[in-house]
Formats: sequence, C-alpha cells, structure tokens
Amino acid sequence: MLADKDRIFTNLYGYGDWRLKGAMQRGAWDGTKGLLEKGKDWIINEMKASGLRGRGGAGFPTGLKWSFMPKRDPARPSYLVVNADESEPGTCKDREIMRNDPQLLIEGCMIASFAMEANACYIYVRGEYIHERERLQAAVDEAYEARLIGKDNIHGYPFDLYVHHGAGAYICGEETALLESLEGKKGMPRLKPPFPANMGLYGCPTTVNNVESIAVAPTILRRGAAWFSGFGAKNNAGTKLFCVSGHVNKPCNVEEEMSIPFRDLIDRHCGGVRGGWDNLLAVIPGGSSVRCVPAEQIIDCPMDFDSLGKLRSGLGTAAVIVMDKSTDIVRAIARLSAFYKHESCGQCTPCREGTGWMYRVMQRMAEGRAQKREIDMLFDVTKQVEGHTICALGDAAAWPIQGLITHFRHEIEKRIDDYAANPHSDPVRVAAE
Amino acid sequence: MAVRRLAQQQPESFEFTPENLAWAKTVIARYPEGRQASAIIPLLWRAQEQHQYWLPKAAIEKVADMLGMPYLRALEVATFYSMFNLEPVGKFFVQLCGTTPCMLRGSNELKKVLEARVGPERKISADGTFSWLEVECLGACSNAPMAQINNDYYEDLSPENFSKLLDDLAAGRPVQKGSQTGRVCSEPAGGTLSALTEFYGTDGRSGPLSVPADKK
Repeated sequence: MLADKDRIFTNLYGYGDWRLKGAMQRGAWDGTKGLLEKGKDWIINEMKASGLRGRGGAGFPTGLKWSFMPKRDPARPSYLVVNADESEPGTCKDREIMRNDPQLLIEGCMIASFAMEANACYIYVRGEYIHERERLQAAVDEAYEARLIGKDNIHGYPFDLYVHHGAGAYICGEETALLESLEGKKGMPRLKPPFPANMGLYGCPTTVNNVESIAVAPTILRRGAAWFSGFGAKNNAGTKLFCVSGHVNKPCNVEEEMSIPFRDLIDRHCGGVRGGWDNLLAVIPGGSSVRCVPAEQIIDCPMDFDSLGKLRSGLGTAAVIVMDKSTDIVRAIARLSAFYKHESCGQCTPCREGTGWMYRVMQRMAEGRAQKREIDMLFDVTKQVEGHTICALGDAAAWPIQGLITHFRHEIEKRIDDYAANPHSDPVRVAAE
Repeated sequence: MAVRRLAQQQPESFEFTPENLAWAKTVIARYPEGRQASAIIPLLWRAQEQHQYWLPKAAIEKVADMLGMPYLRALEVATFYSMFNLEPVGKFFVQLCGTTPCMLRGSNELKKVLEARVGPERKISADGTFSWLEVECLGACSNAPMAQINNDYYEDLSPENFSKLLDDLAAGRPVQKGSQTGRVCSEPAGGTLSALTEFYGTDGRSGPLSVPADKK
C-alpha cells in the first residue's frame, strides 16, 4: 500500500483546507523559484527521467511531449492548455484535484509553462463542474493576490492563468476538439498533422496536458525523478489516482502505486467486490473506452498501461468499473453504445452513422431480438469504424463492443435463444376500463 | 449526435443585466486581441443562467453581436453543446446520470422515481417545479448514482433519499448538497484505511530541494 509520505495529493478527500494557506502548509509552492532557476532543460529532463506517462488516457510520456515545443517566437506565443474536460465514463479524479488540491495544479501550470516558454495557460474545465470551476477560479485569484502567478510575480517569470469552461460535450476532451471549442467553435477534432505543438490554439504552438499530469509535476521535481520512478513496473512509473466505481463495497478515488494488482487495489481500498471475489464478472479497467476484461484475467493483473495492454484492454484514465455477476453485461455495454451515439460530434461518417447503427443493434442484442449471425456482422462493423475516423471516438465506440463479443459472446447467444424460445415475452396489453 | 432545435415560442428580446454585462467584459479580456469568439461559451452560459436556465434565440444573437460573430456561428455553438437548454425547463432542472457506472449502482430505479413524480422526460411538471433529463456521465462515478439539479451535484442517491430530496426541494426546505449518505467527497464510505496524517512535508516542505542549506 502506498505510504502516506509518498502521496502527492495530500488533500484528495477534502479533509484539509483547500485554500492557499492550507495548500502551502502541505508543501505546495515550496521552493518553486529554485526549481525554475534550474532552467527549462533540467525540468524537461527530470520529467523524462521520472517516466511520467500522460494521465489523460493515452499514456504518452509527458516529458517528451513538453520537449516537442518549438523555440520562443514573438509572433506566435506558446500556450499551455490544461484538459480538465473530464468526461470519460468512470473517471472522477480531476474533479477532486480541482476542488481539493487546486494549488498543486496551479503550481504545475506555472512550472510546465516555464518549461515550454509559454506565458499564458488556459484550463478548460468541463461545463458541468460548476462548483469545481468556481473553486479553481478562487484558488487562481488567491495565487494572483499572493503574487505567485501574474505578470509581475515573485518567481520572476511572467505567467497568466485563465479558467475557461465547456458546456457538456464529451468530444471536447479530445485535444484538438478542445482547442476548437476554446476558440469559440463547435468541438470538432482537427486533422493531424499539423500537431498542436506546431499549430494549436489560435494557430500557435500549444501543448495540451491532463490535469493530473500537470498537478503531479511540482512534487516530482521537488522530490526527484528517482523517487517517482521508484513506483510501479518498468515503463509504468509513478503513483496514480484510481477511480473505482460499480459493484465494490466502497467505491472511491484513491492514490496508489502504479502496477498494483487489481485484487490488492479493491481489497485494500474498496472493501472488496460486492458478494466476494467469486461474484466478480468483469471489469472495465480504464474508463468506458477500453475493452472489458473477464474476472479470471483481471484478478491478479497489475494495473498499469503495459499489463492491461497485453490483455487487449488499457489503463486509460484508471477509471475502474467493476461489474459483479448480477450485471446484465450486454445491457451495460449497450448503454455505453448509447453514450457514444450521443457524444459523436458528427464530423466523420463512419462514426456519425456507425455509432447509431451499433447502438441500435446493441439495443436489440440486449433484448435478444437478433440473429446469431448478426453478432459477427456487428463485430465486422466495429472494425470498419475503428481507425477510420479523425479522432479516437470511433475507436472508443468500437472497443467496448469488441470486448463484449470476444469475452461474452455466449451471453449474447443465450439471450437470443431465450428470446427465440419465448418471442412474446411482453404481456399482452389490455385497455384499462 | 442529437437533434437540437430552438424553441417554438421565443421572447422578443434579451438583455444582459448591468452586472452580467460588466462581468462579460472581464471574460472577453481573458482572450487575445481579435479572439473574442473564445468567450462564447461562458457568455451563453451566463445568459442561460440569467434567463430561467434556458437560452432563447435573442440571447444567442445578442452574444454573437457582442463578440462580432455571425449569427450562424453562435447558433452552431448553442446547438452543439448539450448543456445549453434551447427550451424552457422546470424551476428545478434534474439531470440524472444514466451512463454505465451510475446504471450499475441503480440509476434506473431513480429514473422510475422521476417518471412517477415528475412525468415523462423533457416535460415540465404541471406546477412548473420540475423537469428532468437523462444525461451522459457527469464525472462523479465513485459517488454513483448521482444527479445534477440546477448547478448542484447530489450524490450517493437511492430511491428513498432521492424522493425525499425532490420533496424537500419542492417544499423549499434546505437540502444537503453533494453526498446524501454523509461522505465528504469521494473517500471510501466510513472513512479511509490510510491514516492520512504522516504526509511528507506537512510542515510546508515537500522535497529535498526545500531543505535549507544549514540542515543538509
């Protein structure tokens, strides 16, 4: 179990004071000037050495991403944009950072902007997080007041931080859609290349990072890359916030070591699976966009990018959705299909039409009102959508269904048989007198 | 994608209150020269809050004028983002999360509560108090099932405490925001197993770099 002394988010549960004073007592803004004085190259190298992989889902090395930013050009100022559009079903970690430990995020923005020679940073908060946004704005105002950030601050690096928000579009969590939205347009992803590091916000070099990736940076730099990389398996370094939801006795957010076995994560922090380990059916280990994993494969699997990748799933945002044997798994995945149908931005045809098609077929499968040969057809269609769209939403809509068919085909077939055996399962409606 | 259209019946005009107008100026100033369009979502949102939580065409056009945008671009934004209500809603607008993490914890039972108490989705109750909508993941999954009512999250719901919550809101009684079962945020129910006391640097020093030279 991760020791208290190794926790980065020391106010994750909001037991302490979220204000600047409380945050500083917990170690935020401690020696920030000293870190900046070591220079941008030191910061980027240290971030690379720490092995931090982006916490927004894709797991791209953060230090490497920072190093892609071009040299300062007065005509095209660089921007840091923080992705706080936390909408992946199952994920609820950035919310806790923003409302309980906002100064860690603000300090991270300052340091990351310095490393990338950006003087302005926008934090894009999802629209529904109204109180979290207000809390974050209050924390930003406090930091301005204490001259920790601002044009003329005590760290000697001019830096402005703005809180922006969305209005309920999952797609704006995709980095280029987020930039479009921040420019005041519909959130439709852009074709890449050019990548945001060359042509991002307002056509200027931009890096988009997840809240958690940015918020852990100051602590990593203070405590050293070696400390951070000491946790977790090779290539999967660090501590991580896990969001556990679904059929566990005590769902919660928790900071743990990467590569912690699934069983330990659930037993130690979540009071075990509802009804015991024998009652576990399947787990979606990384937010709705990854394939589900059946119980026997996940129970002793280390929770990290590479181990879950080997199971054809992924760590994603570490949003662990646990399903016990009472779950109607076909319906659970069909509900995700409804989600992707609702959230497709409508730009690419395979996704716009495909998500609706998959949703309709999944609805029938959930009832059993289908033919068995349609299962293969459905699988084939998911393959047609996957990889044929501008952004990863098409893939994300396809993978849960692929996971379902791979691991729970027998459930779908049984449902079809049951329906065929009793085609009039609905009671005949009689007019009430 | 969802089809979203403007309401049939529209008010004649829309004006920001003086306070909101002053606030709008500070928001527009956050973005670089010539990039005022960036402020459209915050401005539309404020307009919606000012206008009984729904967005009339006049407000969209007003915001477009303020930002120097063609009406079409502003209408695109207003119809794209699902938080903009293009039609009137009840005094308490209940957005029930129905995505899988909440569904696993029983959001379908909550849906029945709403259907029984308020009526069908998207329809304002007869007294104008409630309307409801099933929405996609609201990002409070460790506190599932949950609903957002106007600006506030209500978490750890059950059919019983949800019915009581709706009754209390309708009667104007004070209600508990956040968790309905006494959790502070998203810690495990009944408190965490970790002590959460022996943090590194509780004295405000959080790393080797912060140790003063004379103590090294």
